[in-house]
Amino acid sequence: MNSAKTLTIDGMTVEINGEKNLLELIRKVNIELPTFCYHSELSIYGACRLCMVDVEGRGLQAACSTPPEPGMVLRTQTKAVRELRRTNLELLLASGNHDCPTCGKNGSCKLQSLAERLGVTKVRFKAPREEWPIDTSSPSLVRDPNRCVLCGDCVRVCNEIQGIGVLDFMNRGSQITVGPAFRKGLDEVDCVACGQCAAACPTGALLVKSDIDKVHQAIDDPRKKVVIQVAPAVRVALGEAFNLPAGSNVMGQLVAALRRMGFDKVYDTAFAADLTVVEEANEFLQRKTRNKNLPLFTSCCPAWVKLAEQDFPELLNRVTPNDRGFKVEVEHLSSCRSPQQMFGSLAKRVLPVQLGVEREDLVVVSLMPCTAKKFEARRDEFKVHYNPDVDIVVTTQEIVRMIRNAGLSLADLAPESLDAPFGAKTGAGIIFGNSGGVTEAVLRYLAGDLSGSAEGRQILEVVRDEKGRREFSVELASGTVKAVVVSGLANARELVDDLREGRAQFDFVEVMACPGGCVCGGGQPTADDSGARRKRTVGLRHLDVSMDTHRSQENAALETIYKDHLEGRPGSHAAHKLLHTVYYNRKRIQNEALSFSEISGKPRIPVSVCIGTGCHLRGSQDLLRQLLRRAETDEMMEKFEIRATFCMEACDLGPSVHVNDRTIHHATLEDVLERMEEVQDDEPVSMETHTCFR
Amino acid sequence: MSPAVKEVNLEAVAASYREAAGKVKRRVVVCAGTGCMAGGSLKLVEVLKKAVAEAGLDLTVALEPEAGVKDLHLSKSGCQGFCQMGPLLSIEPDGILYCKVHAEDAEEVVRATLVEGRVVDRLLYVNPTNGTRCRGIGDIPFYTRQQRTVLKACGTVDPEDVREYIALGGYAAARKAILEMSPEAVCKEMLDSGLRGRGGGGFPTGRKWDITRKQPDGKKFVICNGDEGDPGAFMDRSVMEGNPHAVIEGMLIAARAIGADEGYVYVRAEYPLAVQRVRKAVKDAEAMGLLGDGLFGSAFSFRLNVMEGAGAFVCGEETALISSIEGRRGMPNPKPPFPAQSGLWGRPTVINNVETLATVPSIIHLGAAAFREVGTEKSPGTKTFALTGHVANTGLIEVPFGTPLRHIVFDVGGGVTGKDGRPTGECFKAVQIGGPSGGCLTQDHLDLPLDFENLQGIGAMVGSGGLVVMNQDTCMVQVAKFFMHFTQNESCGKCVPCREGTKQMLALLDDITEGRATPETLTLLEDLARNVKIGSLCGLGKTAPNPVLSTLKYFREEYEAHVLRKVCPSRQCKALLTPEIDPSICKGCTLCARKCPVGAIEGTRKQPHRILADKCIRCGACAAACKFEAIKGI
Repeated sequence: MNSAKTLTIDGMTVEINGEKNLLELIRKVNIELPTFCYHSELSIYGACRLCMVDVEGRGLQAACSTPPEPGMVLRTQTKAVRELRRTNLELLLASGNHDCPTCGKNGSCKLQSLAERLGVTKVRFKAPREEWPIDTSSPSLVRDPNRCVLCGDCVRVCNEIQGIGVLDFMNRGSQITVGPAFRKGLDEVDCVACGQCAAACPTGALLVKSDIDKVHQAIDDPRKKVVIQVAPAVRVALGEAFNLPAGSNVMGQLVAALRRMGFDKVYDTAFAADLTVVEEANEFLQRKTRNKNLPLFTSCCPAWVKLAEQDFPELLNRVTPNDRGFKVEVEHLSSCRSPQQMFGSLAKRVLPVQLGVEREDLVVVSLMPCTAKKFEARRDEFKVHYNPDVDIVVTTQEIVRMIRNAGLSLADLAPESLDAPFGAKTGAGIIFGNSGGVTEAVLRYLAGDLSGSAEGRQILEVVRDEKGRREFSVELASGTVKAVVVSGLANARELVDDLREGRAQFDFVEVMACPGGCVCGGGQPTADDSGARRKRTVGLRHLDVSMDTHRSQENAALETIYKDHLEGRPGSHAAHKLLHTVYYNRKRIQNEALSFSEISGKPRIPVSVCIGTGCHLRGSQDLLRQLLRRAETDEMMEKFEIRATFCMEACDLGPSVHVNDRTIHHATLEDVLERMEEVQDDEPVSMETHTCFR
Repeated sequence: MSPAVKEVNLEAVAASYREAAGKVKRRVVVCAGTGCMAGGSLKLVEVLKKAVAEAGLDLTVALEPEAGVKDLHLSKSGCQGFCQMGPLLSIEPDGILYCKVHAEDAEEVVRATLVEGRVVDRLLYVNPTNGTRCRGIGDIPFYTRQQRTVLKACGTVDPEDVREYIALGGYAAARKAILEMSPEAVCKEMLDSGLRGRGGGGFPTGRKWDITRKQPDGKKFVICNGDEGDPGAFMDRSVMEGNPHAVIEGMLIAARAIGADEGYVYVRAEYPLAVQRVRKAVKDAEAMGLLGDGLFGSAFSFRLNVMEGAGAFVCGEETALISSIEGRRGMPNPKPPFPAQSGLWGRPTVINNVETLATVPSIIHLGAAAFREVGTEKSPGTKTFALTGHVANTGLIEVPFGTPLRHIVFDVGGGVTGKDGRPTGECFKAVQIGGPSGGCLTQDHLDLPLDFENLQGIGAMVGSGGLVVMNQDTCMVQVAKFFMHFTQNESCGKCVPCREGTKQMLALLDDITEGRATPETLTLLEDLARNVKIGSLCGLGKTAPNPVLSTLKYFREEYEAHVLRKVCPSRQCKALLTPEIDPSICKGCTLCARKCPVGAIEGTRKQPHRILADKCIRCGACAAACKFEAIKGI
């Protein structure tokens, strides 16, 4: 030990070993300083002032933002330190709604546990409270500013880890609050619903939106058959909430618990993951052999898909106008639906016959580690005649509550097995739950078991690494494949930038929004440290090893499904219809159009005339006027809702007019009227579909 | 790098300006500082121009060397300091200062003084102590008791004419620093001078520069902090408005010292005139070759950007200011790293206050030793203060460090004023120094030499230099409450102690002034104040409790009167007033009952009336109406 590089903590001599701040060093000697705003993976914020320690000669300093210096003498337990912590905590408790029994975070709240730890039994301050409205607009998250302690963790996670930045501080002084710009709701901004903000939130200010009531309602309804699919990542994290170590597999007990709670059938999303591997690997092979539309980006992660739709439209579909309107070609994002949605679409196709119910009476519930899955399940593309493929999505956190609510002791339940046919899976489907797992599964499909060779093991080491971005290449029959695995959307953005600028080139790109992948999804039980992330991943790997089969093509149940429902082969027409999708460009202002038609009760086909500058200069204003004049006299026009809309971002092709789901470029009045006549008896598309113009 | 700018010849510019100035018989300077402008000085200028023309005098507003002999040069200056008496108008070489000159006085000034050479007596300042009329600043105690160094040119030079600044020796110090001194030498000179930051903290400027100089080479920045926000402080504003080139020259020297090639002047957007004048000064300096590439024929380059603040007091804190320039929310960040190590865009950065930078040229020009001749050992030089409150002469003043408070309040300030606004002998109560970060000084401190150490020792601070004089009618709890209200509004909301603590301190002070307090309230207030002071992230929070702690320290009995006896000794806290009608005086005229807006007075005609305590809102309407002064306690 180099004596020049030591300092003293509460009388102990401690070596400085490259620690960035005093907090790290103090925690290393097993003194747990209280913190709200310190997060080892985020920038230093220094605002909660709970980690203040006495530095001899300097007074109280925040340990998180003070670098260690040799010779420092630290005291973590002085009267001043204790008083300050207590005062700070009391101030926070007086600052908003901290009524624990009615809070969704009750039991896992940091404020609550700190108050207990520091023995705060009385708050000496008054609580002058102004109520902030609660934001329930997102399908995935609930934001209650009244429970916020303003530690800024969510702001920094959203900005630094995810590169999204929809949350920030606003107002000053005691009026300060966190939220999206212009006080919009989370669903009105570029939130991708990943839920990492809620995972970082120490209190109940950001919570997963609960759909428990919907599940109970479905189970209570005697006409309904309620089935549930369980995502791979859930089984290795659920146990944590029942005092089992992180990473322990509780699938058997979970199945038993789900049956006790009234689910008719319990299936495994890993089955659909195997299906995804087969479809995606074949899609990739096809692109690779043609050397077209590379790299392929995976599309299992709904948060990533939404980000791509918002910010990287060039990765989506290529839409080219032709004489029939336009043609959609897949660009870079895989057209495969996520395992959740493949499961949903297949289940609603196969199960009504098997279980003897109508499609409308079959309720498909998903148990996911993910908050964005709630958003995904509501997408228009995943509905058939307004009936969603996946009806309800609940997260691990919600199922924990349901199990507790039912009074079940998870650890004591006798394990039960899953139902056929969607209970069958291989190890490849299991590892979908961690970052790198999709890539590894696809590699197993294409190249066989890599662990057989030294070279292969080396590749696997990279794939299984924990870093936010891992690159490697692998030799396949079709040539060398350069692949990259990223988790954390800021890493994804950086990667796309590299590709755009030509700084990097890849054939295969796996993106998972949450750092570490689905095991650390926003809907998982709150983990205090990143140790849980690793343990859950290890848990999935152990599960993979314990399986009999490890390659998706070895899933026997899959073969039957292909034979009976998917025309026998991957990428078939039927497979495309059930298992693939298209994407929409969200890079525009939505729902801000001006409607000129009279209000009417029945759904009408939307006709949007672009009045952006480019189209305006090309005469769109006249076109709009003529259309409106025609609408006053022509009876057919009653079927349409005529609107003026912002720039459609096709200025070179203007005037642009969008009729139902198609865009007419270089539009004349005759073109528009002709198209309107063609579609007048079609079903009006949803506004979301309608406003995704390209 | 763009081509080198033309090399400026300072002596030639100065000579040509002096030549032009020499051809002018008289110079009339109208103060265009904010106070005088609010008083109508710009209108005065326009009316003066007309009157001068009617009188047939030959007038110029811009001195041009090629122009012939002129009768009169009319110019606008920055703040001349004596805001109480504005709008101010001075006439040189006659040495006349006219006070409270309005547009309707213009004609008389032109006719009497400019044409006939007579002094207009009624516009002269009258010394209240002996009733004599003072002809010019040489006779006015407000000026003679000061030592104006930084402010010397403020109020005489035309802030919009760079040539006049050069003619007074301006930019020679910058040239000296760039051509004749090494960066080390510049830093050493500053260290030797002992100059300390005028923005509040008093950190040695030379040390700050030297630390930044020693950072690895590469892009560095100089920032001028012009985000003066203390209530009642306007020193930096006056310097930026009155002598912007001194600030620019100071920044040039700082840039030379640390090796920066770019700078920012961060000015409060609420100072539109300062923004305008600094922008013009930067433009003029660029045109003159005083900013840009290859300055004075050297390889040294310096560019200056002017940035308007967005209205947050906290942006005066250096890390918050940097965030603000970077386009982020103005919130302070933990230090270390200090701006000297990692400042603007992560580059080593020197941030100095306006007054500090304006002091720099004279130090380089005259040397550290000359600077040290004034002031005290540890706080050399002079300091400007904004003198306001219950004092006869409010305005902008400058005195050497070490000057006792008594001198400032009674000699420069002309004494404390009472209810009627006139100076009275015995009613001094306290001085609040340093604004919301400072503390108060009492009768006992009147002879304390004012410098950084002494003020810190008694729980106050120089701060940016606001000096609010308070008379006996001031409630010290209300003073603490005023500043707490300010800081809780201006807290950025980042750290818990400042955000929540200031809010709670304000609530406790409210309890005290509204009669809800118990002895525990005082203990809690004191505990909380101490914790906010040690626990807050930045200077704003760390100093926010000072007004509370300092008033508690020196006026504890006043707090106790509020808490224990529910009495406000200065009768300022309305909730604690208990108005009563003295039945022995009351004539039963019913006037008070009719004036009472809430019907809280009852009584029959010609019988003594009575105030119903539970209905009374303590507005004082009754007392104001009573012709017999029968209503007591309000």
